[in-house]
Amino acid sequence: MELTAPVNKVIPFSLVDGPGSRCSVFLQGCNIACAYCHNPETQNLCLGCGLCVEQCPAGALSWENGRVRWDKDACVQCDTCIHVCPHKASPKIEWLTPGEVFETVHSYQPFIRGVTVSGGECMLRADWMRELFALCRAAGLGTLIDSNGCVPFEEHLDLLDVADGVMLDVKAWDEGTFARLTSGDVCVVKRNLALLAERNKIEELRIVVVPGWNDPEATIAGIADALGEKTATTKLKLIRFRRFGVVGALANANSPTDERMSELEALAREAGFGQVELR
Amino acid sequence: MSEFMDIITASNLTYGQKLIHLAQAAENCEHPIPTTPEFDWFFERDAICDMHEGNAPYRPRYICCDMERFARQGSDFLRLDAPDNLDDLLMNLQILYQNVPSVTGRPVYVGQLDRLFDPYLDGLSDEEILPRFKRFLNYIDRTVASGYCHANLGPEDTRAGRLLLQADAEVQNAVPNFTLKYEEGITPDDFARLALKTSMACANPAYANHRMHKHTYAAPVDGPADGYTVVSCYNVLPIRGGAYCLDRVKLSQLADLATSPEHLLNELLPNATGALLEYMDARIKFLVEDSNFFQTSFLVREGLIDRDRFVGMFGMIGMHECIEKLLGPGHVYGTDPEANDLADQIMTKMTAQVQAWDAPYSEIGNGRYMMHAQAGFGDQTSSTPGVRIRVGEEPEVFFDHLRHCARMHRFFKAGVSDIFPVEPTAAQNVDALLDVIKGAFAIDDTYLSFYPSDSDLVRITGFLVKRSEMEKFARGEAVLADTSHDGEGNWRANHLADRKVRLG
Repeated sequence: MELTAPVNKVIPFSLVDGPGSRCSVFLQGCNIACAYCHNPETQNLCLGCGLCVEQCPAGALSWENGRVRWDKDACVQCDTCIHVCPHKASPKIEWLTPGEVFETVHSYQPFIRGVTVSGGECMLRADWMRELFALCRAAGLGTLIDSNGCVPFEEHLDLLDVADGVMLDVKAWDEGTFARLTSGDVCVVKRNLALLAERNKIEELRIVVVPGWNDPEATIAGIADALGEKTATTKLKLIRFRRFGVVGALANANSPTDERMSELEALAREAGFGQVELR
Repeated sequence: MSEFMDIITASNLTYGQKLIHLAQAAENCEHPIPTTPEFDWFFERDAICDMHEGNAPYRPRYICCDMERFARQGSDFLRLDAPDNLDDLLMNLQILYQNVPSVTGRPVYVGQLDRLFDPYLDGLSDEEILPRFKRFLNYIDRTVASGYCHANLGPEDTRAGRLLLQADAEVQNAVPNFTLKYEEGITPDDFARLALKTSMACANPAYANHRMHKHTYAAPVDGPADGYTVVSCYNVLPIRGGAYCLDRVKLSQLADLATSPEHLLNELLPNATGALLEYMDARIKFLVEDSNFFQTSFLVREGLIDRDRFVGMFGMIGMHECIEKLLGPGHVYGTDPEANDLADQIMTKMTAQVQAWDAPYSEIGNGRYMMHAQAGFGDQTSSTPGVRIRVGEEPEVFFDHLRHCARMHRFFKAGVSDIFPVEPTAAQNVDALLDVIKGAFAIDDTYLSFYPSDSDLVRITGFLVKRSEMEKFARGEAVLADTSHDGEGNWRANHLADRKVRLG
């Protein structure tokens, strides 16, 4: 059977998912659960509980063989299903082959320079992504991975052969802090950081600054130490936490101040980063 | 009160604007151009329109002086020596601008400024040049004070071009409008990025597909090799020449007279097109043979313009409403294939008829009038510019919109354009904008422009105005640039604030 992946959405144009004009593909399902997640509905695959079916005002959801079926054409995108889902999932996904997604991406040429696959966590579908990227490359499109770093890249070196680079989150540096924020293991992220740096596959590194929840100073220092002389040529993005879309403990938390962000920017430059961007 | 007294006593016009309005009113007391019954029939029904150019043309609509030639030779008539340095050049140009007429009474073209200035920059530091450029741009903004005034840049990267972009971003003026001639492979990415950053700062420049335009007109002897320039609301015209006139078929109104698409295609369209062609002939003959403009102007005598480098522009407007009226609801122009095919058919037919017509005094157009997608002015409603898609009906995906633009652009050699407000955050990723331009131009889109959706400087039909100035005029106050008058009405009437914001 041909490989498929749960696709949450494909957006034709993104300004923020890598250099230039890019098509972004969002896959459903994540291996961690960040407290500040902006798209919590992408974390899990639908369990088929059916709670959303009866709530759908457009009649776009139905039961079929014990699973929730989504009628794309009937859907009015009101997101009621997402709001009522107790499992941080969405019924609005499609299982698509690399070829099917490539057809969509390809239709946006010549206006885009590449594709970025994001999530959820796209590295959970590394084999699928490898096939998609091979098709994209053959069509002259760039290929970027947007990852939380919690899947070991060492197990997917063949994917790296067809990927231009990785936009890697480093959400915290201290093990306990990372685990509290994400429920994941930072050791894997650190291994990935070293491996990707060695292979010149880091497109950019990103730290989301969440007041009281992570340790950006230690993260900046830790990354600089791990990268060594490559720090100067590595792009670091410092991103303000924003509560938009966030549920749970951080739903009403504040963003860091401009002063705080500027301090961190200065610190990153002191640590040797040549390209630092505030978002 | 008479029309004249209304103008004389108006409280929302400056002295200069009253003078222009009075001159127009006086010109319109004369009726030297004969019209046919057929023309009158369509004209009375607003299906063809003379753009209020005036009944007795005594100057061409748009004049595109060869400013580089002017820089080389100075002017006998104006008693100006050829400039020795940048200051002389800037002063000479300022004097020349006061003596270049157009339909607005002021120049619509101030030059390909980078090519013009670059030879005069040696020995001057950036710090010395920038204040001069800013003063010069302010001079144009405050004296010409018409958004139809245009400057060109590119496609090559020059020091003058870079400094002009920097100066323009700093002065934040609506005048002049800038076009960057862009061609991948000739325009370096780095220069294009600077231009795009400038567009995101002050809505200027807009972008012309140089690859598509550069063979439109033969180059003048000893003149610029590309032969063309872009003026006003994106009219692509011969350099050292210009446009005699611009008249238009209002497809939106023509459709009101149609009983079916076939009726429009087979009867109304050929008849209206024919009537307008005859009218243009008569108008141009009056201008060339009777008005004495070309016989007496020092611009002709000194070789800054040649009569045989002028064209007549055959315009059209209101495709969106035309299709809506012909096909009824459910067939939205821009997204519905049947609607788009009908539009294509209409343009194919109209263009063929125009291109089969022997146009007088049209040597540079190979004896033909040039097609132009007219973008409107003032507060006209019910006619979306040229072949643009009406605000509010734009395709969801930006790229589908651009493909539609490119498809329709192919009919118009004398200019067609689109305007896209974009997410202000695009300023942080101008490469994305550059990718879009490259993609659009690769599929033969000929012209596009952007402005950040939160900008004070906004594009109306193509010309720029400041929202703050429009608001002043709306309150009944006089404002310096009279394009704020056109802009204010058009902005409201056509819901331009609701244009779909792209790149979000």
